[in-house]
Amino acid sequence: MRPGELIASDRGARAARGDDLARAWAVLEQVMDPEVPVVSVVDLGIVRDLGWRAGHLHLVVTPTYSGCPATEVIEGDIRQALEQAGFAAPDLERRLTPAWSSDWISDQGRERLRRYGIAPPEGSQSKRSLLGQAPQVCCPQCGSSHTELLSQFGSTACKALYRCRECLEPFDYFKCI
Amino acid sequence: MHNQALIQYLLLLGDSALIQGQRLCQWCGHAPALEEELALMNVGLDLVGQARNWLEYAAELSDDGRDADALAFRRDERAYRNLLLVEQPNGDFAVTMLKQFFYDAWHFAVLQGLSQSQDPRIAGIAAKALKEVTYHLRRSGEWVQRLGGGTEESRQRMLTAIALLWRFTVELAAGSDAELRLAEAGIGADPAQVGAAWLKQVSAIFASVELPLPKAATPFYLSGRTGLHSEHLGLLLAEMQFLPRAYPDATW
Repeated sequence: MRPGELIASDRGARAARGDDLARAWAVLEQVMDPEVPVVSVVDLGIVRDLGWRAGHLHLVVTPTYSGCPATEVIEGDIRQALEQAGFAAPDLERRLTPAWSSDWISDQGRERLRRYGIAPPEGSQSKRSLLGQAPQVCCPQCGSSHTELLSQFGSTACKALYRCRECLEPFDYFKCI
Repeated sequence: MHNQALIQYLLLLGDSALIQGQRLCQWCGHAPALEEELALMNVGLDLVGQARNWLEYAAELSDDGRDADALAFRRDERAYRNLLLVEQPNGDFAVTMLKQFFYDAWHFAVLQGLSQSQDPRIAGIAAKALKEVTYHLRRSGEWVQRLGGGTEESRQRMLTAIALLWRFTVELAAGSDAELRLAEAGIGADPAQVGAAWLKQVSAIFASVELPLPKAATPFYLSGRTGLHSEHLGLLLAEMQFLPRAYPDATW
């Protein structure tokens, strides 16, 4: 099937097929976070459900933060990518519950963050880092654990600002929530 | 009737977050350091996002054709239900951070209660916001300690901020009769529990740097919950609402 084939007509409304869902997931893996363009929406774990409803693809997407300004952009990007891949009028639902957790970032996503220069969240949100004990954050540049917190809030709400005391480079740390 | 009480409660939550967020945005370009500016804006962004979640729910329950944007941008001051505390001017950094701390300590306790709400929509919004506010509270508490226990001047400024803001804390330990009924129904947070948790948090931070805790504030003639605001809210709204009111069809 070529891009665009299903867009124009109600041929979009049809019975579900398993391999279509696999293909939709593959499309979503190409939709990158606009702020961190190396991790996909699948890596981030914000696509919570994918299925067929009334002949259209139905997705549940959860925002990372209540005020994340990228939420609308991401939803628009997802819709556009799916439509270009031939999924007519995908139905996106925004759901807050359960609240997104940095635990949902995939291993691949963590590795991609690190390579991009952002330290991935350390440990799980099992309250340890939420309750004030400082996490051990390693420098994504040189790997040293000799780092210090500069600010709880970095370039976006989801990141804190750290500095490496070995290589002296500042870096973002993706917070544990 | 029950719906009306819930709408008013959602406006208290949403308006307080929105006005606190708007006040923080006034620091944009003026903060004492880049890191602090980023932090202030990020906290403000969280709060505006939370406000949208509350106001969307309030708009749905009101079902009068208004959406969350209409509630934010086309209500006058008397229709706003935010706490008096959050509409107060930013003043210096001590006033800004103490205001933030008083609000965060209240907000955290309210959200803890609401994350157990029988209303699943409220519980969902609160559980999400609680994660964010945990970071807000930690940061603002640290600033009160740093300024309160810092130099002679920073301590004096924190003492002045306490004297300035303390009377507005009367609303943080109180709740309307309608709020009490919502709490009894398992929907709202219990105002008595919130007040106690707030005082415990504030006492602990104050004690850690030997800041004197004033005696409990007493009610006075203004009340954010009934729309009787200080003169500062009207000015803030005039700025915040100007564009959508002057150009009602503007989109971006």
